[in-house]
Amino acid sequence: MDQAIILEKSIFIFTIFAITMLAAMYSTWAERKVAAWLQDRIGPNRAGPLGLLQPLADGMKLFSKEEFLPNTPNKFLFVAGPAISMSVALMTSAVIPWGDKLIIGGRTVILQATDINIGVLYVFGVLSVGVYGIMIGGWASNNKFSLMSAMRAASQMISYEVAMGMSLIALLMMSGDLSLKTISEQQAEWHWNVLYQPLGFIIFLVCSFAETNRTPFDLAECEAELIGGYHTEYSSMRMGFYLFAEYASMFISSTILAVLYFGAYNYPGMAWAVEHWGVNAANGIGIAVLFIKICAFIFFFMWVRWTIPRFRYDQLMRLGWQGLIPLAIANIFITGVIILWHDGKLF
Amino acid sequence: MSVQTMSLSGRKKEVSNKKMTFWESLYLVAIVKGLFITIGHLFTRKVTVKYPEEVRTRAGIWRGQHMLKRDEQGRENCTACGLCALSCPAEAITMTAAERKPDEKHLYREEKYASVYEINMLRCIFCGLCEEACPKDAIYLTESKVLVPASYDREDFIFGKDKLVMPLEMAMANAKNRQN
Ligand code: SF4
Ligand code: SF4
Repeated sequence: MDQAIILEKSIFIFTIFAITMLAAMYSTWAERKVAAWLQDRIGPNRAGPLGLLQPLADGMKLFSKEEFLPNTPNKFLFVAGPAISMSVALMTSAVIPWGDKLIIGGRTVILQATDINIGVLYVFGVLSVGVYGIMIGGWASNNKFSLMSAMRAASQMISYEVAMGMSLIALLMMSGDLSLKTISEQQAEWHWNVLYQPLGFIIFLVCSFAETNRTPFDLAECEAELIGGYHTEYSSMRMGFYLFAEYASMFISSTILAVLYFGAYNYPGMAWAVEHWGVNAANGIGIAVLFIKICAFIFFFMWVRWTIPRFRYDQLMRLGWQGLIPLAIANIFITGVIILWHDGKLF
Repeated sequence: MSVQTMSLSGRKKEVSNKKMTFWESLYLVAIVKGLFITIGHLFTRKVTVKYPEEVRTRAGIWRGQHMLKRDEQGRENCTACGLCALSCPAEAITMTAAERKPDEKHLYREEKYASVYEINMLRCIFCGLCEEACPKDAIYLTESKVLVPASYDREDFIFGKDKLVMPLEMAMANAKNRQN
C-alpha cells in the first residue's frame, strides 16, 4: 500500500509540475494575445494555428542564445537568482487542492499533493522567499540598475506582504483553519469566501499583483527607467527562467485566489452531481471549474496590465502602507465584530 | 472667451489639483472605469492587415516601381537629358548618355539615349518628382504593387535598365490597344 501511495503521489506531483509549466508557457502566448486584442490587434498568428507554437519558438530562441556571464564576483549567486525564482514559483503548488477526490480502481485519490494543516502559512512562507530570487539576481548582476530594481522589488514585496497577510487573517478568522483543503471544503456550493469577505478579497487581489510584480506594480522590471531591472544582465535560459517564473507565479497566484476566495473546485450543484453522476464525474467537473476560475484570474491579471500604467514609487508605498494596511485592519475588526455578534459564525 | 476656458477640441478638461480623498487615493473606482474602457476594445474590429496574404487597398495615386517607357513603335523615350536625376531629392538616379547610331533608330526615339540608367532603390523615396520632371514622358511610377524585394546584397538594389525599361511586348500591346 505504501508503494502505491508513493507512486500515486509521484504521478500527481509530476502532473501538477507539467501543468504549471504548460500554463506558464501558454501564459506568455495568452499575454501577447490579450495585449493585442485590447489594443485592436490580432497578436501572434504565424507560428502554428493561432500562433499556438509561439512559446516553443520563444523557448528555442532563448536556448540558442549566448549564455552571458557579467564580470561579477558573485558568479554562484548570479546563477542562483533565477533558480530560486523558479523553484519558489513551482513549490507553492504542492498544497493546492486541485479537486476533492477521484476514485480510480477502488482507490480514493486525494487531488492534492499534500494536505498540511498549515497550508496557508506554507504558501506565505514560500512566497516570501520569492523576493530572494530577485534580490540575489539583482545584487549579483553588479549593475546599478539591477540593484535598484532589486531594492524596489524587495521593499515592495515586504510592504505588500503585510497587507496581504492582514487581509487573510480576516478570512482565517472565519474559516478557523489554516489547511487549504478545509478552506476549500467550507466553500461548498455557493458559500464562496468572496461573498463574505469582499473587502479582504480586493486587498488580497491588489497584493497578489504586487507579489507577482505585475503591472501596475512592475517597478522592479520597468523597461523605461531601469532597462529591464533585475534581469538586465541575464541572457539565454537564465533570463528565460526569470520570465518563466513570473508567469508560473502568476498562475499560482491565480490559483490561490481561486482557492481562497472563489470557492476552489466547488460549483453550485456539486453535491447533486456527486449523487447523480458519481464522484468521478462531479470532481472532473470540479477540476475543470477550478481551471476556468484560474484562467479567468490570469486573464484579469493581463487585462489590468494593459489598462493601468505603472505606479510611481511613492504612490506605491503610500497605497500599501496608508491605503491597504488600514483597510485590512478595519476588515479584521469588522469581521471580528460580526463573528462575535453571530455567536462564532459569520452569517 | 478667456484663454483659460478656451478649448479648440471641445474636449478640454481642467486639471484639478485638489487633495484626493481616501477612496480616491485607493484608485479603485478609476481603475474599474479604465478596465471597462479596455474590455470594450476586446470586441472592436481589429485593424491588423495580415500582410502577405492580405494587401491593403492602395490609393489611386499610388506611386509604385518606376518604368522607363517605350513609344508605340517600341523605341525608348528617354533622351538622357538628366532632368530626372537633377530633380531627384534623394539623388537616386544616375545615367550615362550615348549617341544613337544610324542603325539604332528602331531602338531609341531621340538622337541621344541613356546607355546606362540606374536608380538606387535604397535611396529612392518614391516621391515621383522624376516623373514630373521628365520632358519626354519617359519615366513613370507604375501602379505595381510589388515593393522592392529584400536582399542581403546592396548591389541588388541598384536597378538598371534591365529592370526598369518597359518590356517590348507590353509596348506593342499598348500600341495595339490604342489603335483599336
Ligand atoms: S521617385 Fe523621387 S526619389 Fe525616386 S528616383 Fe524619382 S525623383 Fe528620385
Ligand atoms: S527619364 Fe526623362 S528626365 Fe530622365 S533622362 Fe530620360 S528623358 Fe530625361
